[in-house]
Amino acid sequence: MDTCIQKIREIAFQLLDKKEVERVIGFSNGTIPMATSPITIASKQDTEKLVFNSTCGLNLANYIRQQKGKIAVIAKGCDSRNIVTHIIENQVKRDQIYIIGVPCKGMINKSKIKALFEDDILKFDEDGDTLTVESSSKKETLSKKEYLRDNCRLCQHKNPVIYDILAGDPVKEQVLDVPYPDVEKIAALDADARWIHFQELTKNCIRCYACRNACPLCYCPTCFVDESGPQWVGKGQDKTDVNTFHFLRAFHCAGRCTDCGACVEACPMDINVRDFTRKLNKDAFDMFGWEAGLDQTKRPPLDAYSPDDPNDFIK
Amino acid sequence: MKFITIDKKNWAKGIEKSRETYRLFGPVKDKNGSFIRDLENDMLPDMSCHDSVLSVKSVLFPQTEKILFTTLDESKEDHHIMKRVPADTRQRAVVGIQPYDAKAIQLVNLNFDTDDYRDPYWCDAYEATTFVGVGINKPGPFDFSTSAGTGPFSETGLDVLMADLDNAYLAKVLTDKGGAFMVSCGFDTIADEKESRALFDILRKEAEKNISSQIDTGKLKDKTVLELHEAPFWDDIAFSCINCGTCTFVCPTCWCFDIQDEAKQKSAGRFRNWDTCMSPLFTKHATGHNPRDSKTQRVRQRFMHKLKYFLDKYDQGIMCVGCGRCVKSCPVNIDIREVCKIMNSYEKKE
Ligand code: SF4
Ligand code: SF4
Ligand code: SF4
Ligand code: SF4
Ligand code: SF4
Repeated sequence: MDTCIQKIREIAFQLLDKKEVERVIGFSNGTIPMATSPITIASKQDTEKLVFNSTCGLNLANYIRQQKGKIAVIAKGCDSRNIVTHIIENQVKRDQIYIIGVPCKGMINKSKIKALFEDDILKFDEDGDTLTVESSSKKETLSKKEYLRDNCRLCQHKNPVIYDILAGDPVKEQVLDVPYPDVEKIAALDADARWIHFQELTKNCIRCYACRNACPLCYCPTCFVDESGPQWVGKGQDKTDVNTFHFLRAFHCAGRCTDCGACVEACPMDINVRDFTRKLNKDAFDMFGWEAGLDQTKRPPLDAYSPDDPNDFIK
Repeated sequence: MKFITIDKKNWAKGIEKSRETYRLFGPVKDKNGSFIRDLENDMLPDMSCHDSVLSVKSVLFPQTEKILFTTLDESKEDHHIMKRVPADTRQRAVVGIQPYDAKAIQLVNLNFDTDDYRDPYWCDAYEATTFVGVGINKPGPFDFSTSAGTGPFSETGLDVLMADLDNAYLAKVLTDKGGAFMVSCGFDTIADEKESRALFDILRKEAEKNISSQIDTGKLKDKTVLELHEAPFWDDIAFSCINCGTCTFVCPTCWCFDIQDEAKQKSAGRFRNWDTCMSPLFTKHATGHNPRDSKTQRVRQRFMHKLKYFLDKYDQGIMCVGCGRCVKSCPVNIDIREVCKIMNSYEKKE
């Protein structure tokens, strides 16, 4: 199985052996099928614990802030873009992070796979494009291509945009004529139907904030939803408050979101919160030709003034 | 002990009939998973559901509950005086829950109904509720209930335990409350006691045999709190945690809440919302001092509470019934079974 893992382990081993970094942040095997867990390792013996496969859907850029000393991190295309965003936003210094880039072949949509089974999955294996998934009642052989996460399907930056070393050969990037088909579909609904779409979307939200906490962009010491003086939003399950959380969080990610999908990956209710952020990503692209996290030297549109700003009010 | 046979053909009719006396709750499939919901109109509980994302806890202790209210209109005599929202004392029945969830309710009772204090909101709801569980014939890979002091056919806390046979349910009536519920459904075909007992026994043994996941809690009691509290493994366990609190929200035994006041024009309400020790705001003092400021402290709190403090305080086992919900829902796969193993086997180096 070619998931770059041998190479990743070798690189991590060398880095720790030569004391070039103090820790390596990567993924380790989970205790249940289709799960991997972020891990930090400090000893070269532990590099054996590192794994990388198509279940590593969380974003490790979320784990590199406030670390002491130099650290290495394993980064897919989207993770690398969030590292760039961190650098732009002064959350990490470039020279503090050693980036082990992984050209990404896409992460799997775990809930879509789970939905194929009535009972719990007992075993999951992948070999190239072939996924073998087994429960106590049946076994399915699936093509990974068919079971990619929505964001991976639409991803145009699978190769890390910034790295110190690559753990595999670059993969071919796709160029999409219609990069936001999902947003267009929602936008085409009339106002009432759109409202219903978003009401339904957040219906089962339990406000655990896993979406926020898994997101590398959401690093405020006190999030607006947690602030109590002044209190911006009610904390209960009132629909208005739940939606206020989602709307405002999405706006706080405008021009910064890399569509890494970690928010959706983390949601215990499988809520596609990307329906909010993607619209703003599209706006940033349509109005400013901007995709987040591609270039360390450019300021994001919402934090820069430009004479050719498309808005009149600013001129 | 009474056993009643219910032909599945009569199930829907009986449940419908019980509505004359009960407000019904039960598992319902929704697009994001199964939930224990208010069964409105002709909705039936999904009796095959053994994996509701949230547990029956939410029926007695909703995520958000308005407990007190008042008016801010100073022309009214009783302005600013908080009054209790009238308790909903209508009989309710939750039908089709996983048996160990009822045991979890008993564990929460230890906290909400004590000699010194009776939480009126929980206790009133608890007293009004009849718990009808259905045995889990084929426990899934996340179920470690048998080693957490319960099991797929556990009876603790239930009023009726049902067994799902192919064409019928066999109901074991465990309490008077349970008997009354059966009467309200019109289910009255008495089954032979000896045979029924034997059948339950077979099903239970078969189900328990299927449980592959186990924890060992035997050594936790003899360790000192400080020994575990100061153990060196917490940073590693906590590293991946994103402090979302999902593990505590989905947990049928987690009972923490937060109080919030909200006002709209002249009316004000006091609400209680689920809280979670995984949140940085949990028990943060008004002075700004936070007793658990770091992620490691918070993660440690959750596991210490479940596997040590609770055990020491009540001597009723651990504060976990082995439902596996937290294992399944944690976005970073922090697994209480692994943490329990680490804690249970920890020996302090001298
Ligand atoms: S992770 Fe899901 S359930 Fe939790 S707050 Fe976000 S959308 Fe809601
Ligand atoms: S909002 Fe979601 S998709 Fe966007 S950067 Fe954050 S976690 Fe990734
Ligand atoms: S569900 Fe997992 S990540 Fe979330 S707070 Fe609990 S242990 Fe941490
Ligand atoms: S701690 Fe986890 S396994 Fe135990 S009762 Fe709570 S949710 Fe279930
Ligand atoms: S584990 Fe945490 S949230 Fe659950 S009851 Fe204990 S302190 Fe409260």
